[in-house]
Amino acid sequence: MAVRVQAEDFDVGAEIKRLTRGRTDIGAIVTFTGSVRGESGGKPITSMTLEHYPGMTERELEQVESEANARWPLQASLIVHRVGALAPGDNIVLVVTASAHRQAAFAAAEFLMDYLKTRAPFWKKEEAPDGSGAWVDARDSDDAALEKWRHPREGGDLRK
Amino acid sequence: MPVKILYFAWVREKVGKVEETLDVPAAVETAQQLMAWLSDRGPEYAQAFARAEVIRVALDRTHVKATASIAGAREIAFFPPVTGG
Repeated sequence: MAVRVQAEDFDVGAEIKRLTRGRTDIGAIVTFTGSVRGESGGKPITSMTLEHYPGMTERELEQVESEANARWPLQASLIVHRVGALAPGDNIVLVVTASAHRQAAFAAAEFLMDYLKTRAPFWKKEEAPDGSGAWVDARDSDDAALEKWRHPREGGDLRK
Repeated sequence: MPVKILYFAWVREKVGKVEETLDVPAAVETAQQLMAWLSDRGPEYAQAFARAEVIRVALDRTHVKATASIAGAREIAFFPPVTGG
């Protein structure tokens, strides 16, 4: 289990290697990578700035990761989230889950993303070609995505 | 009792400060009341907290409802709904 908040880019392949080195108990690895889109609501953006709440961010990510580990039998997990100035096409977030079988790894990766989107204190600001900036609004669909995990059986809780 | 107050994203931009330490009167009991009290400090605060219903609160780095008691909190943060991921 590990969480990292960093300005630097990450290498998905290198992260998987580091997470699984010397392990023979892992049968399934799922990764999710989020990246910066070059447009927002049909309008081009030139850059994105990610602000966060140092101290609280790490704590929230650790809690979300603990919750995933309590719900699914995970052999390893990792959350990496970038902050600072990013350009279209850049990586933003990486979630890796490893388990003996694929179901737990798939479900836990989705759960981690749904949870961190609504709980981890990050804020995105998008800059347009004319230099203006706009804070991204939270989406109702993200709250709806979270709602399904409140019913563990429907959410695919393999421990129940 | 002095309390450290932090602002993030557009709340920070409107207030014009990242953080400050303020002596909050004991009569200010909840996060909601603190937003109203802050709004009286100046037009920049009033503008930042004009849509208080959308602003989220963390007490000592834990999410709470705006109606939560702030008694004993050392660090209070105000910010818009989060948009990471």
